[in-house]
Amino acid sequence: MADFEPKIVAFVCNWCTYAGADLTGTSRIKYASNVRIIRFPCTGRIDYMLLLKAFDEGADGIMISGCHPNDCHYTSGNFHARRRWIMFRSLCEFIGIDTRRIIFSWVSAAEGARWAELVNSTVASIRELGPYNEYQNIAKKSVMEVNNG
Amino acid sequence: MDDLRKRARVLLETSEVKVVIGYEQGTAGKTRALFVEKPDDADRLIFDNHCIQNLAAYVTKAEVKNKGRMAIAATLPVMRSIIQLASEHQVSDNNLVVLGITPERKLVEFGNLTEVETFVHQYEIEIDTTYREKLDRLDKMAPSERWKFWIDELSPCFKCYACRAACPMCYCSRCTVDFNQPQWIPVPSHELGNLEWHIMRAVHLTGRCIDCDACYNACPLGIPLNLLTKKMIEDVRANFEGYQPSLNRGHLMSTYKPDDKENFIQ
Repeated sequence: MADFEPKIVAFVCNWCTYAGADLTGTSRIKYASNVRIIRFPCTGRIDYMLLLKAFDEGADGIMISGCHPNDCHYTSGNFHARRRWIMFRSLCEFIGIDTRRIIFSWVSAAEGARWAELVNSTVASIRELGPYNEYQNIAKKSVMEVNNG
Repeated sequence: MDDLRKRARVLLETSEVKVVIGYEQGTAGKTRALFVEKPDDADRLIFDNHCIQNLAAYVTKAEVKNKGRMAIAATLPVMRSIIQLASEHQVSDNNLVVLGITPERKLVEFGNLTEVETFVHQYEIEIDTTYREKLDRLDKMAPSERWKFWIDELSPCFKCYACRAACPMCYCSRCTVDFNQPQWIPVPSHELGNLEWHIMRAVHLTGRCIDCDACYNACPLGIPLNLLTKKMIEDVRANFEGYQPSLNRGHLMSTYKPDDKENFIQ
């Protein structure tokens, strides 16, 4: 497991966390390179199906981040998202999807340093958990079943 | 249920409605849905213990809706479904008359949907004890055990979508599962496809499912997929101030409160 490099997919909103991650870069703060950032117009656009697709495609962990409550560029996108996350997360827990691998956070455009810390801590915790074999195995098996008829 | 037959006959004779949706005797001791359009056919209507299908699933179907104003024989779960459908603007007093059947099997007549709502409000949605025990047992399991439980339980599913067809809340003319650009849910009934289909179904019914068990009764393989929606009913209640679909008129998942509570966002 020593050479395991976790793959993390980060779903972030354009106005806060993406700008925050940009600030991390322009501030020359170094952080783990395991994260693949996907920019969304708003956290309200982050469909739960996309999170499942990330796991399908081999993500070991997922980060979801956007504007702090009351700071949404579209006034209420993050409030809507929060309701959905509450229910989606409890469904994941009930089904047995490892919710320790899904990290939700609010990171503003001014919190470049915090973004670096969050990514680092996420990478460290996923590294400890190891690859997400449970999910990846059914995803791989499904592809094989289809290919072999 | 002579009252029901008589009332259905009058409604059709006076052309107050064009079709009455109820139950009739089917084969092999089962009942099936009946769409009465002629007053004389009203005598075929029955009501007994076998009438468990949720007829509210028909009131959003174009084939039925296009006939004209409808009347529906509605047990408590059906009335709940109708109230939820009304709050989603799918039915209204203009196109629906409710012939209520109380849990004591009495016919109650409602002048309008507001009266149905008042009636429904007398009954809380209760998860019954056998399901309560199953949910508790699952809650106590380790996440990896639950994962194994669900992968095993869902594995016989061959995606016939009977659960979707039976559900009054699944009325979208185009379902996410039918999309192939992009293909959201894999078509084959392998573990991944089944898992994603059932997750999607449960999410879309969150805050809308009124616990009628129509999906479970329709499933040809007896998959306990209603456990997922029951769990969502409980969690919605716990997270959003006791919210119960049909008792609270609203759109839980498309609205918000600035002070919604959670404990996992960093």
